[in-house]
Amino acid sequence: MGRVTRRIFLGLGVAAAGGLAVGTWWVRAPHDNPLEDGLAEGETTFNPWLKIGADGTITVIVPRAEMGQGVTTTLAALVAEELEVSLEAVTVEPGPADPAYHNAALLAKGAAKPWATGWTAELARAAAGTGAKVLGLQITGGSTSTIDAFDKMRTAGATARVQLIRAAAARWGVEPAGLRAEDGAVLDPGSDRRLAYGALAAEAGALDAPDAAPLKAPSEWRLLGRSQPRVDMEAKCSGAPIFAIDEDLPEMLHATVRMSPRYGAGAVSVSSDAALNTPGVLKVVPLSTAFGEGFGVIATNTWAAFRGAEALEIEWAPADYPADDAAQRAALAEGLASGEGFEAMATGDASAFLASAPADEVLELDYETPFLAHATMEPMNATARLAGPSLEVWTGTQAPGIVRALCADAAGLSQDRTTVHKRMMGGGFGRRAEADAAVYAALLARETDGRPVKVTWSREEDMTHDGYRPRVHARLRAQARPGEGLVALEARVAAPPLIASVMARHYPSLPAPSADDPMVEGLVDQPYAHPNWRVEGVPVDLGVPVGFWRSVGHSQNAFFLETALDEVAHRAGVDPVEMRLGMMTGEKFAPARGALEAAAEMSGWGEAAEGRAKGVAFHLSFGCWTAMVAEVARRDGGVRVEKLWIAADMGRALDPRNVEAQLSGGAVFGLSAAMMQALSFADGEVQERNFGGYDAVRLDRCPEIEVRLLETAPRLGGVGEPSTPPVAPALGNALFALTGERLRSLPFGRSVSFV
Amino acid sequence: MRLTVNGEAREVEAEPEMPLLWALRDLLGIRGPKFGCGVGACGACTVWVDGEPVRSCTLPLEAVSGEVVTIEGLAAAEGLPEGTPHPVQAAWIEAQVAQCGYCQAGQIMAAAALLRDVPRPSEAEVEAAMTNLCRCGTYPRVREAMALVAARGRTDTGALAPAKKEG
Repeated sequence: MGRVTRRIFLGLGVAAAGGLAVGTWWVRAPHDNPLEDGLAEGETTFNPWLKIGADGTITVIVPRAEMGQGVTTTLAALVAEELEVSLEAVTVEPGPADPAYHNAALLAKGAAKPWATGWTAELARAAAGTGAKVLGLQITGGSTSTIDAFDKMRTAGATARVQLIRAAAARWGVEPAGLRAEDGAVLDPGSDRRLAYGALAAEAGALDAPDAAPLKAPSEWRLLGRSQPRVDMEAKCSGAPIFAIDEDLPEMLHATVRMSPRYGAGAVSVSSDAALNTPGVLKVVPLSTAFGEGFGVIATNTWAAFRGAEALEIEWAPADYPADDAAQRAALAEGLASGEGFEAMATGDASAFLASAPADEVLELDYETPFLAHATMEPMNATARLAGPSLEVWTGTQAPGIVRALCADAAGLSQDRTTVHKRMMGGGFGRRAEADAAVYAALLARETDGRPVKVTWSREEDMTHDGYRPRVHARLRAQARPGEGLVALEARVAAPPLIASVMARHYPSLPAPSADDPMVEGLVDQPYAHPNWRVEGVPVDLGVPVGFWRSVGHSQNAFFLETALDEVAHRAGVDPVEMRLGMMTGEKFAPARGALEAAAEMSGWGEAAEGRAKGVAFHLSFGCWTAMVAEVARRDGGVRVEKLWIAADMGRALDPRNVEAQLSGGAVFGLSAAMMQALSFADGEVQERNFGGYDAVRLDRCPEIEVRLLETAPRLGGVGEPSTPPVAPALGNALFALTGERLRSLPFGRSVSFV
Repeated sequence: MRLTVNGEAREVEAEPEMPLLWALRDLLGIRGPKFGCGVGACGACTVWVDGEPVRSCTLPLEAVSGEVVTIEGLAAAEGLPEGTPHPVQAAWIEAQVAQCGYCQAGQIMAAAALLRDVPRPSEAEVEAAMTNLCRCGTYPRVREAMALVAARGRTDTGALAPAKKEG
């Protein structure tokens, strides 16, 4: 949800100069330190990221949400590295929802191209980041957590280290310059004296944070750049109750929701008799929110609530939007043909080239991608307790600040009387940037006389209520010159505008932007020389809520662009790798060439065993330059995806084993979508209601995955999303190489039998 | 109704059709088995009944035929000393399998049952037994962790044998 606010707040460039001085500036920023309230006996807080107890306990606040991406470990290591303590010596807490933890990188990421350097690019990034600060956006998304934290949290550790050394110097009556910090203590090498942090914390915390604290050079790192055991691993392998769905509070009631399967349409009639007669069901509550209309069912256990919800007899109003696949297709086709769009990029004169090109050099390619659900393993849920004048909410969220604001509204309270307890997420992928589950819990907590109520959605409810990846149709026209390759490219994309949809649910009073960045991202920001390149977005509202699905617009736009480039290469009679390398010109695109060459080398590009074929794709997203080769093979009964090779350059791999896991997992996520996932509609309702109709790759069909990490890019990139976009084109291009048939619509499983 | 869960006799007041999963989670406070789909399709709720992996979200209480073992009781069920992780759990930690972690209790219960019965499973046996869904895509490391248990075997106490030192 950053992109739009970026546009709104880009005008706040006045504060940019301050924003440029990252480092100590962030730690000394005028936000209050939220840890000052609620310190335990003997605890001292140094800044919003660090507490040290007199007993030596070191608590690091990791304010980004853990949904599997390993951010808890990597962000804690940033502080531990500079504080000179081991990761085992640190206790990690998620911290409160607070503006101190705003995500500046989220808004900054779209402000300038990832390869741009220099004053203007930095100014644009800083100005956008300042918007996040003003808004207090504490969002986990856009693969930005590590980028945002890299300077801030290292500085949090470094400034505390300086304070601890100064406190020891004062105690001993010596100059701080002669002392050093090591393994949780300050040492005086001259006299072998040693004081543990716990013994110094109170005095050190009373000192002002220094204006400058030197950060260690990467060559001095002990933790960063090396694989660390994840701090959450043991809990996750022992079934520990760490997820929001595991919340168990005294006197807690259980509930579920049954919301209208037709978006924006309420109930025409309802009969609750059978529901209320279901054993264990206590209450049926109508719900009317910006997220949807429907009912909550409160019961003594979750199963009773589910049965009660099923027993509600409801007639829903009809859908007032294109209600089935044919109607959606017609609306998008009309948009492509004649809808008014916004021009997102125009260099050279693609139209003139395409108009004058020989007919056999022009490719006209129509693409379709379906609506997709996130289908996190942990269904949406939240627990809320409204006791007297205060509301508490327990949930897994990528946006705790928004959850707090909207839940406070729902309960009729001010935000300072609303507390959000963040829990580990059983998958996020963008779904938990939405506040719907928490808002429903807050509303149902008004009905339970102060008892906490845990609201768990059924899988069917989860699948049919989402901020979906939009259904998108695109038309790409390209000129392919024999022996050379791409001369000109025009892309026209028709899609439901994503930002407007998210804003309507979460900030109905704010205006939506006229241009929807996610619709065109991945088409306008690729490291290709494009002398004649034109991209246009055509907003087509299909009435279905759409939102942030892992890698967002990149996820479909990479498919369009990288599949089209493959077709161009084949038409021009040039190698797809060579053609791309020839377009990745100049020093600024060197990481792109490096990644593509690495993937080609790893995969033995150009060699093919009998009955096997390879396809290639490249995509730059979230600051990570990612090349992928997919290999497919003919097997009995169909085609098997044998292997994926991934070469990715994120500038610096702060935890290589975790980065590898993210790139591998992101590829499997993209592979599920490319092979088999699609939602269909009838009567305005999603038809795939559980994993039976909406499956994902399982172990048996998961290919071998080989990842190589490159560290040459000048800026740190994110790793949670960038491996998702190139999967579909790499696989589609491999299928073409195997079968000779071009597939321009996802999922491929409609045409190919995968084994 | 009476159940034996992780070696303890437990009394639950519930309708006989209530799925075992909800009795464990909401009535007995045993929250290792997770709710994922409610139709036996994802495996997040996998527990052992009479030693066999079953999907507890579709198993009515009245059909529970024997002792129930959940992830919380896995190590004890195989006689490991208290505080020693089950070899499959140890391998999962060593291979750093989990990402979000939500499906992993079910994955581990399925893997532990297979490796108990077939200490060195073939690839086909692994694929047939490991049908649990993971949206984070941890499958390559699931394979790696299972291969680790198969290759190393167990010590006298049943724990995962340490890696052989090279050279």
